[in-house]
Amino acid sequence: MTLATDTTSYGWQVEDLDTDEMILNMGPQHPATHGVLRLELRTDGEVVRGVRPHIGYLHRCFEKHCENVDYAGVIPYTDRMDYVAAMGNSLGYALAVEKLMGIEVSPYLQVVRVIIAELQRIASHCVAVGTYGMDLGAFTPFLHLLRDREKVLDLFEWTCGARLLYNYNWIGGVSHDLPEGFARATRDLLREFDAVTFPELMNLLIGNKIFVKRTAEVGVCSPETAISYDLTGPNIRGSGVPRDIRKDQPYCGYEKYDFAICLGQGQFGPLGSCFDRNLVRALEMAESSKILHQALDALSKMERTPVHEKVPKRAKPPKGEVYFRTEAPRGQLGYYVVSDGATFNPYRVKVKSPCFTAMSVFHVLAKGMMIADIIALIGSLDIVLGEIDR
Amino acid sequence: MDAKAIHEKLAARFGEKIAGVSLEVLEPWVVVASETIAEVAAFVKADPDLRFDNLMCLSGVDYPKEKPPRMEVVYHLYSYTHLHTFVLKVHLPREDPALPTVEGTWSVANWHEREAYDMFGIVFTGHSDLRRILLPDDWEGWPLRKDWVDPEFYNGMRVKPTQQMMERALAGEAIGVGPFDFTPPNRHAGE
Repeated sequence: MTLATDTTSYGWQVEDLDTDEMILNMGPQHPATHGVLRLELRTDGEVVRGVRPHIGYLHRCFEKHCENVDYAGVIPYTDRMDYVAAMGNSLGYALAVEKLMGIEVSPYLQVVRVIIAELQRIASHCVAVGTYGMDLGAFTPFLHLLRDREKVLDLFEWTCGARLLYNYNWIGGVSHDLPEGFARATRDLLREFDAVTFPELMNLLIGNKIFVKRTAEVGVCSPETAISYDLTGPNIRGSGVPRDIRKDQPYCGYEKYDFAICLGQGQFGPLGSCFDRNLVRALEMAESSKILHQALDALSKMERTPVHEKVPKRAKPPKGEVYFRTEAPRGQLGYYVVSDGATFNPYRVKVKSPCFTAMSVFHVLAKGMMIADIIALIGSLDIVLGEIDR
Repeated sequence: MDAKAIHEKLAARFGEKIAGVSLEVLEPWVVVASETIAEVAAFVKADPDLRFDNLMCLSGVDYPKEKPPRMEVVYHLYSYTHLHTFVLKVHLPREDPALPTVEGTWSVANWHEREAYDMFGIVFTGHSDLRRILLPDDWEGWPLRKDWVDPEFYNGMRVKPTQQMMERALAGEAIGVGPFDFTPPNRHAGE
């Protein structure tokens, strides 16, 4: 291999810089980079002429680990990728392996999985929208949203004993059944969310004039750029592309629920701005609440089935491969699982993480911005570095 | 379009450059000759019936035990227009694997290809910025290859315990670079 590492291929050298230009390092310990992200900014005064993201500070060899544990042993590792929305990660992996093995879980378990996934979506978007406000100087909404996220985490703790990293969605089932009274507690939470938190969020943050001024014309991403760079989830819907895996290729029985795809409107500026992406997240919380009400109704009419009924003693899928994607809170999370049919370990697991692709468009959107707007752009893409670096 | 129709269309356009096909699996795929992949990519994106405008995932996979031993690059495609999916595969030799980049067709391939280079040492010719992405710049070797052996040292630091250290650890001793002879000073000795 002649193409080993040489630092001359970094794109710009000190000699290339104009006299007014300066290289500025942002991160990896900058609080607004949402983790250990390092951005190398080429600045001319306050204007950013180019950006070079450096990732990998949180690399924990996820894919290598997967090849050295059995199929069920991968699930705790998936939790540690997107640690803000761990339920969504394990769900995608469990569904991928189930498809490979031909397991279909009972309708009751599908509803349980939908309830857990949508609660996780609300909790995750609470962090995303709340910290976005905090990045831009609005501290109060963050506190209100974290208060509600805490209630969701209490429900999870009640269900499976963990608050952040759950190991909940297993291959062929879930680890614990929902406890008695879970439905009523969830309805209490949703009632408060619908009546207080959501209107409060829309009034305090989303409709706030300062917030709108700060975000509505920043970081505009056209639909073509979004598709070419494989932005997914709220990011691409913010650019006005009405695509959602829950509608297009439903899993877990999502086709039975009535909910809308939230889109960016561009009402305060060009379509696809930071404001639109953030607005989509806020509106999606209300849609998740709608799904949850329907799922709880369905649950009340159902017989409980044992949750470990179809969990294989030791999973050994037949030879084959599958690519399965789900709509995680941050976008399409895809698992490419290859089985050689001979061992108990996956032959290869590759994760397409939505944050990874969202970060790859960063240098395009950031060109020509002010330094302060870089903060607004990072937050609006809603990245979690644990998932980028894996 | 279903997988069969997509395969027929590709076979009609590229002839024997479509080297293999498997339609009776969960995700139907065709094998494309490595030097043609950039043209095939441009074709499947531009063709109005296919319109694969989205590269969902690009993965490297290592198969040293196949005959002949090979490295694979797998492209998972999706169409935002027609909502269908398809898989392209490229087989490469394990010695000096190289193939053209598809960065010009799907921009997201830039980072995916850097990751495949980082983990497998697959060289994408014509790539604008091919360097390591997740691992440190001075890392040596390709960790996701199946014949990877953990290095003993990284930049002069021992990162893998020796046999002797393992034996001591199994015997219940604390291991490290030591042994240190360290006893905390007794401040109350004179009292």
